[in-house]
Amino acid sequence: MRTTKESADNGVNVEALLGAREALTQSPEAAQFVWRARNEWVRGTHSRSTVEGFFGLGAEQRHKTTFGYEADHPELFASEDNGATPVELVLAGLASCLTAGIAAVAQHRKIQLHAVTATLEGAMDIQGILGIDGDVRNGFSGITVHYRIEADASPEEIEALVAQSQKRSAVFDIITNPTNVTVAVN
Amino acid sequence: MRTTVVIIGAGHAGLAMSHSLAEHSIDHVVIERGTVAHSWRTERWDSLRLLTPNWMSRLPGAPLTVGDPDGFRTMPETVAFIERYAAAIGAPVHTDTTVLSVRPRGDGYLVTTTQGTWQCQAVVVATGACNLPSLPPFATRVPAGVTSLTPRDYRNPSQLAPGGVLVVGAAASGIQIAEEIQRSGRPVTLSVGEHVRVPRRYRGRDITWWMDRVGVFDESYTEVDSVERVRGVASLQLIGSPEHRDLDLNALTGLGVRLVGRLAGISGGRAQCSGSLPNLVRMADLKMNRLLARIDAWASSHLAGDEIEPPHSIEPTRVDASPPLAVDLTSGEIRTVIWATGYRPDHSWLDVPVFDRKGRIRHDGGVAAAPGLYLIGMPFLRRRRSSLIDGAASDARDLSTHLASYLADPAAAGPAAPLLGAA
Repeated sequence: MRTTKESADNGVNVEALLGAREALTQSPEAAQFVWRARNEWVRGTHSRSTVEGFFGLGAEQRHKTTFGYEADHPELFASEDNGATPVELVLAGLASCLTAGIAAVAQHRKIQLHAVTATLEGAMDIQGILGIDGDVRNGFSGITVHYRIEADASPEEIEALVAQSQKRSAVFDIITNPTNVTVAVN
Repeated sequence: MRTTVVIIGAGHAGLAMSHSLAEHSIDHVVIERGTVAHSWRTERWDSLRLLTPNWMSRLPGAPLTVGDPDGFRTMPETVAFIERYAAAIGAPVHTDTTVLSVRPRGDGYLVTTTQGTWQCQAVVVATGACNLPSLPPFATRVPAGVTSLTPRDYRNPSQLAPGGVLVVGAAASGIQIAEEIQRSGRPVTLSVGEHVRVPRRYRGRDITWWMDRVGVFDESYTEVDSVERVRGVASLQLIGSPEHRDLDLNALTGLGVRLVGRLAGISGGRAQCSGSLPNLVRMADLKMNRLLARIDAWASSHLAGDEIEPPHSIEPTRVDASPPLAVDLTSGEIRTVIWATGYRPDHSWLDVPVFDRKGRIRHDGGVAAAPGLYLIGMPFLRRRRSSLIDGAASDARDLSTHLASYLADPAAAGPAAPLLGAA
């Protein structure tokens, strides 16, 4: 069973999050965000993405610094392997989103976390992307996420953290539900 | 015509309010568009029985015990029960009177009906939470040739074309309708969103008996994390049946029902299903087990061991490793879609600036954000019990007390005045 219920410090400012939730309930227009990324081709299958600005709380916002992500494909795809594959970045995005949610929910429920490790697998039949078999989809046929969590909580409480994190995760929703994607040129 | 209070709706909630106002000697009328218990009479499917046992319909002022206290009333029995209650308390019901509009007028309201107008000081909205089916926007994209129904139009499987049926929603209505349609020989696909799983019976008692005793139903709207969230929670996955049987997702898959995730959209004739089904069923199992653990803890300190059966665990919900992510609505396999996606109230006749941005009446535990306007008979209005027939007594008691103090001094009892008996 849970040993410490009075105080937990997972480094999440839950009061600020709850304050923001309350404020945005009163003014839903401020809750309209736009996230952005920029991507530039380097050579071959290598490209570089950067994120810097986004829109939210009714104004343009800016990260503290510009973050960059290399993406490429491994040598067995006849590429130079200058970075993770885009699908691995998707797995990383899912894991980061779920883990952030676990920390926030744990903080809210006053559960002290000690270690949270996720390992993810996305199964894919590459006959899809290679155009070998039109019946095979391009994307993952399924994703499994395995969490190892050490925390001052019962196994059921830890499971409930992970379940609640999925319920509130943006990337989990993006992956499990369809999204309209519009790609324009010039 | 003049009266002090107009109650709109002669269902269990409006009638309980009528009784409570009479106890305060407050002059009032109850306006009813049809006859007493109109919705129960006309807007329910044939096999439906109440989810709560008969003993758990404790309306104020007229203890009516009818039939087996542990049984579950059919709809005709429910209608008869509410009719008898209306007669027993002598409620001043005006039937076949449809409200056309309610507007502020002077210090009160003008209620315009098909049978004339009433000027009154206060209005109690008791028209219920289930007036109109609530469908997702993409429900209009069901292809031609596939029939769309809601539980309000659905009566029994024989009205459906032979062939497959997609039931959307796995709260009480969805699972009950899915079961009887599957049993009729029409293969059912059930789209499962967030749901609340509970066993019908636990340790030899009905689950609602436990929830009543343990105090679950008495949790106040002021105590919960997010009142908005709890007011939107789906009904318990339960069926009221003579044999007190369980009806959960495992029972349905055992009958051959196919489970898919929450419907996310319809595109090109294909219903798209969310991949979140494993999490939703796990979450429902965890929540159910938390409730059962709470019951066990209460039982060990309040009941002798021989009064109840020992604790037992309940099988986790089984789902396929890879449930289908789409249902083709154009192949001819699915002939009917039933949208068991909930209801919303219809307050279109209420011409009072009291609505929030989502069109809901702003209120504090039933005291609406307009002087002299009250709401009763809504999910988690003041407490979890408010969602049940059994909740009308305490809500009517609290709100009639507030209403009486409002009439005595309208300036003193503001919309957010603290309510008596909140717990």
